[in-house]
Amino acid sequence: MRTKNFLKNYANYVAVALFLIIAVVMSLTGMAKMNDLLLFEKIAIAAVLAVSLSMVVGFLGELSLGHAGFMCVGAFLGGKLASLLAPKLGGESSIPVLVISLLVGGLVAALFGFIIGLPALRLRGDYLAIVTLAFGEIVRAVIMNLPSGLFGGTLGLKTPRFDKKTLFIFAFLVLLACLAVTQNLIKSKHGRAITSIRDNEIAARAMGIDITKYKLLVFTISSFFAGMAGVLYSYTMSSVNSANFDYNYSIEILVMVVLGGMGSINGSLIAAALITFIRNILQLKLEGDLAVLQDLLFAVILIVVVIYRNAPSLKNFREKYNIKALWAASKKKKADKGKKEA
Amino acid sequence: MNVLSAIINGLSAGGTYAMIALGYTMVYGIAKMLNFAHGDIIMVGGYAMFVTLLLCRQPLLALAVAVVFCVLIGILIERLAYKPLRGASSLAVLITAIGMSYLLQSLAQVIFKSAPKPMTALQIGGMLTFGSFSVAYSTLITLAATVIVMVTLSLFIKYSKTGRAMIAVSEDKGAALLMGINVNKIIAITFAIGSALAALAGYFMLAKAPSLSNTLGAMPGIKAFTAAVIGGIGSIPGAMLGGILLGVVESMCNSVPVIAPYTDAIEFSILILILLVKPSGILGKMRREKV
Repeated sequence: MRTKNFLKNYANYVAVALFLIIAVVMSLTGMAKMNDLLLFEKIAIAAVLAVSLSMVVGFLGELSLGHAGFMCVGAFLGGKLASLLAPKLGGESSIPVLVISLLVGGLVAALFGFIIGLPALRLRGDYLAIVTLAFGEIVRAVIMNLPSGLFGGTLGLKTPRFDKKTLFIFAFLVLLACLAVTQNLIKSKHGRAITSIRDNEIAARAMGIDITKYKLLVFTISSFFAGMAGVLYSYTMSSVNSANFDYNYSIEILVMVVLGGMGSINGSLIAAALITFIRNILQLKLEGDLAVLQDLLFAVILIVVVIYRNAPSLKNFREKYNIKALWAASKKKKADKGKKEA
Repeated sequence: MNVLSAIINGLSAGGTYAMIALGYTMVYGIAKMLNFAHGDIIMVGGYAMFVTLLLCRQPLLALAVAVVFCVLIGILIERLAYKPLRGASSLAVLITAIGMSYLLQSLAQVIFKSAPKPMTALQIGGMLTFGSFSVAYSTLITLAATVIVMVTLSLFIKYSKTGRAMIAVSEDKGAALLMGINVNKIIAITFAIGSALAALAGYFMLAKAPSLSNTLGAMPGIKAFTAAVIGGIGSIPGAMLGGILLGVVESMCNSVPVIAPYTDAIEFSILILILLVKPSGILGKMRREKV
């Protein structure tokens, strides 16, 4: 029983760590080309974003459409700080600079998350979704229009070039940290309080759960990791442009969370890796206006998955034909067969 | 003079926002869902006009075709995507609506490519001049159309049988069903009216800025929702008020060069402020939530 629990609790850390080890080996032996390393970085960033968003959407049950906005804050502040610190602290590939800018980017994004969390206490559902969307657009507009000496204006901000061969390791370390925080939070008594807010806010309040505290907590932690992902992103790209962090990017992260299954961290992890991987392949195959075919594909998948999982009229069908039920049925069949033979 | 012309331009932009916001507010009030794809219906109407204009150069015929096409698309979307989710959690409905918006945008780009299409045939030229002051005809027509639409809609909802049925459905779906109201039909009619208004708004938008792309409706759609929330969602005069307010603020900000780049940020900040002070909007009614 203990090994089973161990597998259940730590399978995703082990999987991520294994992936990291394989990636390191591939990078050392030269099997992985620059493009593959870039893909690893992208996968780790997408996974951090998806896992942190899944905390808000899947566990707290509030829709945030401004995740890219928090990422944008991290990308620009972290990127700016890194380019300022790099000449003084051992060049562009200096590890302390990376760590400091990761922390600062994350903390500032967390501060913004806290501020956005404040109206979240008064609003819910659709209204909150619009406020987070508005926040993302405000951040983008402000960063783009500030004097170009500060964040590069419309041309974008030049960011330091980290050693390409090791950057993905740090991206995966951030992912592991994100997993550890999210998973431990969700499994603790605080996690149960958070899911109870999702299931019925009024009942949760009646049970004495401090809704204000938990909503703020979730928003702050989620935006902290979004900010860190932003810093990683700014390191991955040679320059960051606020046009990249528009509303569509937030939707893309949302698609990962929804496809992975709301309220499932492992699901978000797998969906993030899969979608980033598929996009990477399709990007090479589809050029120009055809590139939009992938958006079309993901839109259709999103709609179909949400309707299938939520439509009240499909409830019986879902209960009868899901993997768990089929597994249990086949087990029962085997057991019955065994009994008969005995 | 500058301020006055900024206000008049704002009224016209606000009229367009109000028309879109009316669609949002009706659907929100009656179906209790945020139809994220509403803005993209504008774009669908735009392309319907584009295709009609390729066949014959009659702007009014193009508008009629766009209205009919949008109504059909609106009803189709409601049937396929939203109706199966009636009774499901609002988060699921919201995500489906976002997916629908994404779907319409990418479908339009697949069919019509991403290069913007010029739509000069829709332009309404000419200026009305009083002494040193002049207003474009398109501005006046937009304003007049908005007022007419809003009055007609208010009367329709207040006095017609269908309109009263709409109020009943928005109050209590179950009770409305027991009173012999065909709830599904009423919701479909609501979507049809909203989509027709979106097509009309698209016509006025293209008459002013004749460039059509697949993201035509995305930003105006979000802004119009902002307007609907500011005015109080579910309230028809509220949508009108919010739309006009937002349009005037936008045009005032745009007329000052230093503030102009931050226009969007200012508009969204107004939304956040209003939601913090009065979450139900200026004219909205507060509903207490029960278990």
